[in-house]
Amino acid sequence: MKAATDLPPVGRHAGQPARRHLLSVADLGADGIEEVLRVTDSFVEVSGRAIPKVPALRGKTVVSLFFEDSTRTRLSFETAARRLSADVMTFSAASSSVNKGESLRDTVETIEAMGIDGVVVRHAGSGVPWQVARWLRQAAVINGGDGWHEHPTQALLDCYTITRMLAGAPAHEGGPGSLAGVRIAIVGDIRHSRVARSDVLAFSALGAHVTLVAPPTLLPPSLAGWPVEVSHDLDAVLPTLDVVYLLRLQQERMREALLPSLREYTATYGLTSTRARLLPDDALIMHPGPVNRGVEIAAEVADQPSSVITRQVANGVAVRMAVLYLLLGSGVDLAA
Amino acid sequence: MPPEPSRPDPALRRQRPATTSRQHTGVRRRPPTVLIHGGTLVDPTGTRPGDVLIQDGVIVSAGNRVESAPAGTVVLDAGGCVVAPGLVDLHTHLREPGREEAETVETGSRAAALGGYTAVVAMPNTEPAIDSAAVVRQVLELGRDALCDVAVAGSITVGREGTRLAPLAEMAALGVKLFTDDGSGVQDARLMRRALEYASSLGVTLAQHCEDSSLAAGGHMHEGEWSSRLGIPGQPAEAEELMVMRDLALCRLTGTPVHFLHLSTARSVAMVRGAKASGLPVTAEATPHHLCLTDACVAGYDTVFKVNPPLRSAEDAAAIRAGLADGTIDAIATDHAPHAKEAKEAPFDQAPPGMIGLETALGVALSELDLPIERVVALLSWKPAAIAGLAEHGRPITAGIPANLCVIDPEMEWTVDPARMASRSRNTPFAGRTLRGRVRHTVLAGEPVVVNGQAQR
Ligand SMILES: [Zn+2]
Repeated sequence: MKAATDLPPVGRHAGQPARRHLLSVADLGADGIEEVLRVTDSFVEVSGRAIPKVPALRGKTVVSLFFEDSTRTRLSFETAARRLSADVMTFSAASSSVNKGESLRDTVETIEAMGIDGVVVRHAGSGVPWQVARWLRQAAVINGGDGWHEHPTQALLDCYTITRMLAGAPAHEGGPGSLAGVRIAIVGDIRHSRVARSDVLAFSALGAHVTLVAPPTLLPPSLAGWPVEVSHDLDAVLPTLDVVYLLRLQQERMREALLPSLREYTATYGLTSTRARLLPDDALIMHPGPVNRGVEIAAEVADQPSSVITRQVANGVAVRMAVLYLLLGSGVDLAA
Repeated sequence: MPPEPSRPDPALRRQRPATTSRQHTGVRRRPPTVLIHGGTLVDPTGTRPGDVLIQDGVIVSAGNRVESAPAGTVVLDAGGCVVAPGLVDLHTHLREPGREEAETVETGSRAAALGGYTAVVAMPNTEPAIDSAAVVRQVLELGRDALCDVAVAGSITVGREGTRLAPLAEMAALGVKLFTDDGSGVQDARLMRRALEYASSLGVTLAQHCEDSSLAAGGHMHEGEWSSRLGIPGQPAEAEELMVMRDLALCRLTGTPVHFLHLSTARSVAMVRGAKASGLPVTAEATPHHLCLTDACVAGYDTVFKVNPPLRSAEDAAAIRAGLADGTIDAIATDHAPHAKEAKEAPFDQAPPGMIGLETALGVALSELDLPIERVVALLSWKPAAIAGLAEHGRPITAGIPANLCVIDPEMEWTVDPARMASRSRNTPFAGRTLRGRVRHTVLAGEPVVVNGQAQR
């Protein structure tokens, strides 16, 4: 979002000690994103080994602090930490004292007192990782997804997936970490999507041309300063794309009068088989998961070869290894 | 100087105001003889140099220099200072009964006195709500030993639930002058119409927290560019404006005065300006935070900036300042809303809205408003006193009136330190800010409750 330049950076606060967190993907900038993608390449190689493990974070402790259930993201982070030989602790809100009147701050300070190096925070409320970063004295905070706001590691794995899939494609103009000239549409419930917010920031930082396609009720109230185009006509946009990125539609949106029905949504904004044929042959189909088959994407489209949804999941572990390594790493040689 | 402010309708003064007037308590020892020496008097009649001599809680002389005072007189130095009628806050949440961990009448009134206030209007969204004579009496009783007079606002509807009229006459008989369901607005237009009609015979004013609850539902900050970026559900300016619009229509329909609490949007100000021009009996207040802070403050997700109505855009804040400057907005009111530390240490969307303001309102107003001090004091003292119907506050500083006064050093610079505040809560949005203008002394019914910036009890 371009406006971020004339306003205080959301991820870095005045008065916050100089320490490295990953709160917003915007904090990384294009160079930082490209650095993560380069390091990810090494970990993809590690993941292919018979014993996919390196001692890079031996002796470090990483906590997954998940106030909102997300088994997929939690397992991805924890797998990444274990492959780096870190000790992993899992904290889930259901099994904690969070529901027994302890304040969020108390919880966070208690966990830090156990001696931890990094904490992955996932919360249904926007901004919680920022609050946690202010309260912690030592540990690095990684935003594992906050409310409708951001999901930086998802954006990084999406950037990784796109750049590596497009590498070598004839139309691809930029270097290995660039999305220059790449046309990406993000389709669906932008308003409530942390993935969309982080993807817009990351894709545009790398030079992509981003179009948001959604009914007006599923767009944020204001797009002032967002480096995007907006369309309500998916059929018109599809033929122009290198990547179509579909977002999950929550069933509860129907109850909030944001949409008349699922059927109408699928008819106008779903990637049906018919509609998928409007895409150029080499265009990628992406989705952050979990997929509502038959709603935002037809089952057979999700399974067709140009769909890279499972590759996104696989890349997730390597990208999160790269993030943990860059934030917590002690400089141990990756090849060790 | 502003024009002579409208005094409350004489009919309003027939009943004793619902305050804990010092003259009536009889429990306190006699106040000392006090001389406020060397200052400049600022009141509704104008500005002039002068000393103030106070005996038995009443001003006995004002305006002349007093060179010799009786032995035992407490002399308060007002050199370089403005001596003004005590400030009056139309909008204070004292939290008692029910939320004593956040504030009590004692701690809230101490904060008020340090801020120059000699009277505050306690909002009725307590637990239980102030919706009956019994709770009115309870809060008045708690106010008896306070460091400022505590007037009580009653709720318009039973339990502030917006469904049945509260016993307005019963509470008015105890001197309640202001009624509101503050915390939320009365949603039902028909019920609000009936409340205005019923109130018209009681000589009281109904005040509205303007918020269409269906449009604002689920919103935790101002809806706009910042809420969209931050992923925080917003409430649009129109949620406030719809109810301002509706209540102006109901004011026209019933002819009964309406007071608008904490206006926060440019279009709300414009509507009230137009209504006043067309002769409707409306008044309005704005808070110190809405005149200088904006939704950009929320960028770091610090819950201290969560408040209702939410901090709006820079254009809205400018419109509030313009409304204060041209008289559209009659008064600055704090909406002092203390919350315990633990309550605010929650995710942004779960933290309660509200900011404390009593100790900073004067400094913020003097620092942020481009108005002469006479105008600022009017907005903080006699204009709100008139709206609240408080006959013993905001009076011209002359012999024979109760000595409710504050002494302001308009040039003193100070940095807001939450740890040093008298409020039981710390949720000030002005922490670390340097303000210009601070209260040196506060005199309540002749008793120096604040001397040299220190509370005396
Ligand atoms: Zn209110």
